[in-house]
Amino acid sequence: MNDLNGQTAFGHAADVSSLMEKRRRNGLVWHIVFVFSTTLAVLFLILLVFSIIDSVFGYAVLRNDVEPSALVAGKDSVSAFSRSELEDTARTRLSSGILRRVEYDKPIAERSDKDLVSLIEEYVVKPKVLKTWGFWGSLTERKAIETYIAENEGSYATFRSWLTPSFIMADQSADPLRAGIRTALLGSLWIILITFVFAFPIGVGAAIYLQEYAVDNRLNRMLQLNIFNLSAVPSIIYGLLGLAVFVRFMEPVTSGSFIMGTVDNTANGRTILSGGMTLGLLVLPIIIINTQEALKAVPDTLRMSAYGVGATKWQTIWYQVLPVSVDRILTGTILALSRALGETAPLVVIGASTFISVDPSGIFSKFTTLPIQIYQWSARPQGAYRNIAAAAIVSLLILLLLMNSAAIYTRDKITKKKRLEA
Amino acid sequence: MIDPTVHPFGKKMRIHERLIESTLFAFALLSIVITLGIAIILIRESYLFFSDPEVELWGFLTGREWQPMIGRFGFLPLLNATLTTSVIAMALGIPVGLFVAIYLSEYASDKTRGILKPVLEVLAGIPTIVYGYFALTFMTPLLRSIFGMETVEIYNTASAGLVIGILVLPMIATMAEDAIGAVPKELRLAAYALGGTKMETTFKVVIPAALSGLSATFLLALSRAIGETMIVALAAGAGPNLTFSPFEAAETITGYIVRISGGDVSYNSVDYNSIFALGLILFLITFTLNMISRKISRMFHQEYE
Repeated sequence: MNDLNGQTAFGHAADVSSLMEKRRRNGLVWHIVFVFSTTLAVLFLILLVFSIIDSVFGYAVLRNDVEPSALVAGKDSVSAFSRSELEDTARTRLSSGILRRVEYDKPIAERSDKDLVSLIEEYVVKPKVLKTWGFWGSLTERKAIETYIAENEGSYATFRSWLTPSFIMADQSADPLRAGIRTALLGSLWIILITFVFAFPIGVGAAIYLQEYAVDNRLNRMLQLNIFNLSAVPSIIYGLLGLAVFVRFMEPVTSGSFIMGTVDNTANGRTILSGGMTLGLLVLPIIIINTQEALKAVPDTLRMSAYGVGATKWQTIWYQVLPVSVDRILTGTILALSRALGETAPLVVIGASTFISVDPSGIFSKFTTLPIQIYQWSARPQGAYRNIAAAAIVSLLILLLLMNSAAIYTRDKITKKKRLEA
Repeated sequence: MIDPTVHPFGKKMRIHERLIESTLFAFALLSIVITLGIAIILIRESYLFFSDPEVELWGFLTGREWQPMIGRFGFLPLLNATLTTSVIAMALGIPVGLFVAIYLSEYASDKTRGILKPVLEVLAGIPTIVYGYFALTFMTPLLRSIFGMETVEIYNTASAGLVIGILVLPMIATMAEDAIGAVPKELRLAAYALGGTKMETTFKVVIPAALSGLSATFLLALSRAIGETMIVALAAGAGPNLTFSPFEAAETITGYIVRISGGDVSYNSVDYNSIFALGLILFLITFTLNMISRKISRMFHQEYE
């Protein structure tokens, strides 16, 4: 009797319970691994955001060419100057060439105080960034900053935000303290506009064909497979396509010389039109796939009832299917356009990455975009460029956020309207 | 009186309809034109590249030095750097992405999922140039402080690879979760009925059942990593270098294309043609991976639908 004690169908009770213990422990270990991995993914996002925000705010150690106190005794900053002191300094301290240009643009007497302060700071005081600290560094490395200032004569620290209204409004400059993103921002908006005009009608049209008209035959299956393949082609390949086709082969069209005769030829076909169309090709498969998903969600009963009352195919699509799916189509399109807004590689490949400080004036202008600007600033080794790159990144992310919230807002509005009508 | 011969949607209307249909068809056909355009241009310019007297195909495929200035066109250094960054990216992205997917589909409560899914979507929506900045300003200093300033160069493939891994992570997690979610519930219930723990069910039943979908996901992620450009352009370094050390700077295929085309390169030069030849290779690699991935995932769809 005793021999049978503790025996189960699976073996000895002690063995079974130790096996169970082991299995339970294994389960727990893996559970921890899964939770850890997920935490890691969240941590990456936090670190990403932190590393960007960190560079946007912080101490910058500057040194002036000419101290304000040397211009007007007893005043440490230009903005403390009185009106007459500002005008005097501007007239006496600006070099004659600059003074002539400034007076020609707008006489000094008519300029505002703020205007004069920035003039004097730009051409007379000329602060230079020696070194910058991130937000975290500014909090924890006070000592190092103080030693650095002590070691470099005439230098002083200011705590600054690199993302300011003037950063957004200023144009491109080689000086990180004055550089801004206006040109790049306008370039990005122009590019997105061309991309939308080019890719939206074609994308939605192709999706309607594939979803509503296409019968299941070889050609249509090939079309579908091809679109999936295109959506996975690396973006840089589209850049090569754009370079060869839009920039080089179609140069007379993309540079605008076919309608305007001779135009500014420095663009060489590397225009907004080329860039927008290149990105249009890139997002076309995404728009098609997203629109197809939207059309798939429309119930077939709607189509059948339209046919039932005698509507033709196109009438059914135009008056029934599209109005029901327009919110999803728009959301899908905006998602595709946000992808285009953040694309860098194809635009660099078609040659958009030269130094450009003139605002784009139309589709035949040379251009730069926010991501390209970020790329150029990040690639520079000097500290302050990293800070303005981070500020540009924040601007880009805010722009993306605005676009996506606009998508959600319009979708909700249309959905609500539909519900009221129903 | 209604004339029965004049149908409200008469002949005129039908021509209209047919016109619309053919226009839409033409739009759909444009996608084929794009693919053909890519193929023709890459092949044409590559042909020009290989017909250059300085370049020979065999030397291109086996050469260990890429120095267009002195007529050395061996693309192994570029390929090697691309593979290094991609392997590092996969080493981080696949396990973490898969584990996140398992956690989301098998373990997480609806509430946790509701928080985590948007996090993944945000990660996936951030432009790659931002990841490049992250690699340069966060990952590289981190690696340098861990492994030492002497070992880790300012530009290195490890930093770029790890950040590409973070970039493909949300994509892997989302697609893998779809694959795992497609496994019928009955399989899990059967495994529980046999006394399997959650972990055993996941690893011995669910993952094997989802394997085709998962491998398709991994291949697609690999293809994405190979084609990734801005991260390597910023963080991996400029200048081809045949090395197996992930802590050294080495230029990848995409990094080279961006650097050369970013400068003012004149048409019909060997430099100009070389980026198309490299583009062709990149296209062939990623296209093959995508096709295999598609084939595998088609098989998996047939299994359960």
